[in-house]
Amino acid sequence: MRAGTGPSIRRDVVALAVCAAAYLALCALVRNSYYQLMLTLVPIWAAMGLAWNLISGYSGLVSFGHAAFFGLGAYSVTLALVYLNLTPWLGIPLGMLVGAAAAVLIGMPTFRLRGHYFALSMLAYPLAILYVLEFLGFQEVPLPMHRQRPGLFMQFTDPRLYTVVAVGLLAIAMLVSIAVENSRFGLALTAIRQNELAAEAAGIDTWRWKMRGLVVSGAMAAAAGGLYACVLLVVTPDSVFGVLVSAQALVVTLFGGVATVWGPVIGAAILIPLAETLNARLGNIIPGIQGVVYGAAIIAIMLIAPQGLFWTVRDLLGRGTKLPLPLQAGAGGRGPGDRTHHPRTPSDVTALAVRNLSRSFGGLRALHNVSFSVETGEILGIIGPNGAGKTTLFNVLNGVLTADAGQAQLAGIPMLRRKVHQISRLGVGRTFQVVRSFPRLSVLDNVIVGAYGAGLDDHAALAAASAALDAVDLGRLAARPAGQLTNKELRLMELARALAGRPRLLLLDETLAGLGRDECDELLDVLRRLRQTGMTIIIIEHTMHAMLRLADRFLVLDHGAVLAEGSPREVIENRAVIEAYLGPKFLVQQCSV
Amino acid sequence: MNDVLIENVLNALAAGLIIGCLYGLMCIGLGLIFGIMKVVNFAQGELLMLGMYVSLYLVGVWGVLSFLGPAAPFVGALIAGPVLFAGGALLHRLLLTRVSGLRTSGLLDEGAFGQLIVTLGLSLILQNAGLIVFGSSPRSVLTPLAARAFMIGPIIGDATLFLNKARLVACAVAIVVALALWLLMERTRLGKALRAAADNPVAATYMGIDVDRAYRIAFGLGAAITAVAGGLMATYLSFTPFVGLDYVIIMYSGVVLGGMGSILGAFWGGLTVGFVQQCSALVLPPQLQNAAIFVVFLLIVSLRPQGLFGRSAERA
Repeated sequence: MRAGTGPSIRRDVVALAVCAAAYLALCALVRNSYYQLMLTLVPIWAAMGLAWNLISGYSGLVSFGHAAFFGLGAYSVTLALVYLNLTPWLGIPLGMLVGAAAAVLIGMPTFRLRGHYFALSMLAYPLAILYVLEFLGFQEVPLPMHRQRPGLFMQFTDPRLYTVVAVGLLAIAMLVSIAVENSRFGLALTAIRQNELAAEAAGIDTWRWKMRGLVVSGAMAAAAGGLYACVLLVVTPDSVFGVLVSAQALVVTLFGGVATVWGPVIGAAILIPLAETLNARLGNIIPGIQGVVYGAAIIAIMLIAPQGLFWTVRDLLGRGTKLPLPLQAGAGGRGPGDRTHHPRTPSDVTALAVRNLSRSFGGLRALHNVSFSVETGEILGIIGPNGAGKTTLFNVLNGVLTADAGQAQLAGIPMLRRKVHQISRLGVGRTFQVVRSFPRLSVLDNVIVGAYGAGLDDHAALAAASAALDAVDLGRLAARPAGQLTNKELRLMELARALAGRPRLLLLDETLAGLGRDECDELLDVLRRLRQTGMTIIIIEHTMHAMLRLADRFLVLDHGAVLAEGSPREVIENRAVIEAYLGPKFLVQQCSV
Repeated sequence: MNDVLIENVLNALAAGLIIGCLYGLMCIGLGLIFGIMKVVNFAQGELLMLGMYVSLYLVGVWGVLSFLGPAAPFVGALIAGPVLFAGGALLHRLLLTRVSGLRTSGLLDEGAFGQLIVTLGLSLILQNAGLIVFGSSPRSVLTPLAARAFMIGPIIGDATLFLNKARLVACAVAIVVALALWLLMERTRLGKALRAAADNPVAATYMGIDVDRAYRIAFGLGAAITAVAGGLMATYLSFTPFVGLDYVIIMYSGVVLGGMGSILGAFWGGLTVGFVQQCSALVLPPQLQNAAIFVVFLLIVSLRPQGLFGRSAERA
């Protein structure tokens, strides 16, 4: 658990206990077997919604194929009972294993796709399984009855006992979700949803977290499917692998609210009884009218409450249940602040050595035999006209792009041909030309993502993040959502996120862009202070007056090649640089200042 | 024995091409909406279904087109286009514009969750309203051509190629409609505006393009194209108001396979799906034909994430 989430966890768990108790009390009173079945289905679909929410809600990777896991759970339980005489009490855990294994197999190829393509490809898995099962002759498999030992085989005579088991399953699913939501797991998934590239550049192994999310989600959906089979006592491919199963998971979650434990529960509690009641009341008068009313109802709610009921109601209630703030600004995190950076090596060591780096896009040579080095504790300014290859150089250095040829060593360690998050862990922090923030997370959480990326544990991450925020004078805004910051504050926050990963080398891409003169000076102060702590910085910047005051050395790129290199004075007096970039007026201005 | 095999292969290939062209047209409709509006429209299968019923009512139930003789079903399918264009544009005006387009661009997830719910709800409404209005018994648009075939051959040995006349005409109409749409997108001002709105809606707005209107036209066109495909398919298969469920999945496979954003890509994707479906019948039992589509789909997507014909790197 992340530090500071205690109160909100306690509140959620208490609410969960109260709701479960009230629900079971209600069930005890119901005698009508039709309503009893409905009361059992609500927690099952809520658990299914939670499974969907765990991967799709938090990480934003919408899956249209969760029926694959649900169906595998249902069929595992059924077939284990038919052929192995295995009780569902063990069949459901077995189904969860099957679901988790399927998640690994499904995730490996499918995580290569993004956005809508991921979502639509997920559709194919349950359908492929569905047709194969029909072909194999499992069109309709009833669960064999074991009337002598009903409890042992989960075949209760009193249907209310099913509800108890279902509520138990839902409670476990909710506890797992609460644990995920309040840990680095949840933060990693949330960071992926808001900005996957930024999460990766901050050192988060996005592929692994997505895979973990899908595995937990797959197991949870399989458990829901397994119990569903036990309750209905018969499975058909359509009823557990069909498109409507995937849609149901998605609808209850979106209706109730995504990315919260309570969303799927609220959604299922309203929609399942609504659909069943419509079916029973209207379905036999005019067949089809129930579907029309149900469809209209979910559209209407979506238009009124686009974020889902939970978030809309919470916003309406004002700040009654404010987002849990992990920490008051900077408090308590100050202590270990001096550990923020790696122990410094003597400054005569080369921090970064780049040799003959090349990269082309088709016929365009974006980088051509670029060689340079940076000493530890130095600030290297990279200048050059637009399209000179400056940002491409950064992208190659931090692994967003691969180099066609050449080498780069970070303090003697080869750093090319690694993934973005691996390079980040080697000690390369990066900011982007266009700020990549996680707008809905607090400033502190944004920075903690960077600390997690460096592999710190919860307490160390909190400390490193607070220290990094203090290092850029942003401690007082720690609790504010990043979406509310000014441009300068966002730039500082991004700098802090890079710092929280305890980098040896910072790559800053036009950090001063769009800032006023005073704001620029503030940032320059921060950067100079960082140099005093021994940080090595490479900065791309067009604002020459700032660069002249900041950089120890300039590297000039033009058409992908190094045009000049040297002290600021040497470079701005270099004839080639003046022609390619600065323009003849520049020198006149500088001399007259 | 050998001749029978050759004959089967030849006929499966021909059927794959013919059905594939119809699937291709169907996929173009979805591909337009997906590519231009970036909306995953779950109700696309229902638009196909409505196209089938429009044609059925014009040709079979009211019989207003019966003076056209054997051409009636194909004219009926073409009329379904403008009808569904109007319907699609109206749906966009009333519903989709509230969860898509400029209103959601720049939001977290680009409003995808809202679009999912709205189109899923729409799909439910249309299916069930269809059940109330049209009834649940399977229907088809009868044409005398469906029972006739061109016989070509013997080609190799004794192998003869049978080409169902109804399907062949439907396929020809589908190709003409697809080409017309391609010309519209590539050669006209409207096509340019649609493509600009797809590329960058905000920038298109600054260029004086009414992006909301462009999206409305795109949605209407997408609905119309799929409806025409539905009307054409109605000449050889029987359908109920729930037919959309089967085909929306085929449409999505085709569009993902082809790579989004290009009309031709969607057409090739649909053609591939139809081809795989028909050719798998040679070696697989009929129940596994659809499984074969998804297995091939998953194979292609994992080997070539950018799609068979796509060049866009944005999805991998």
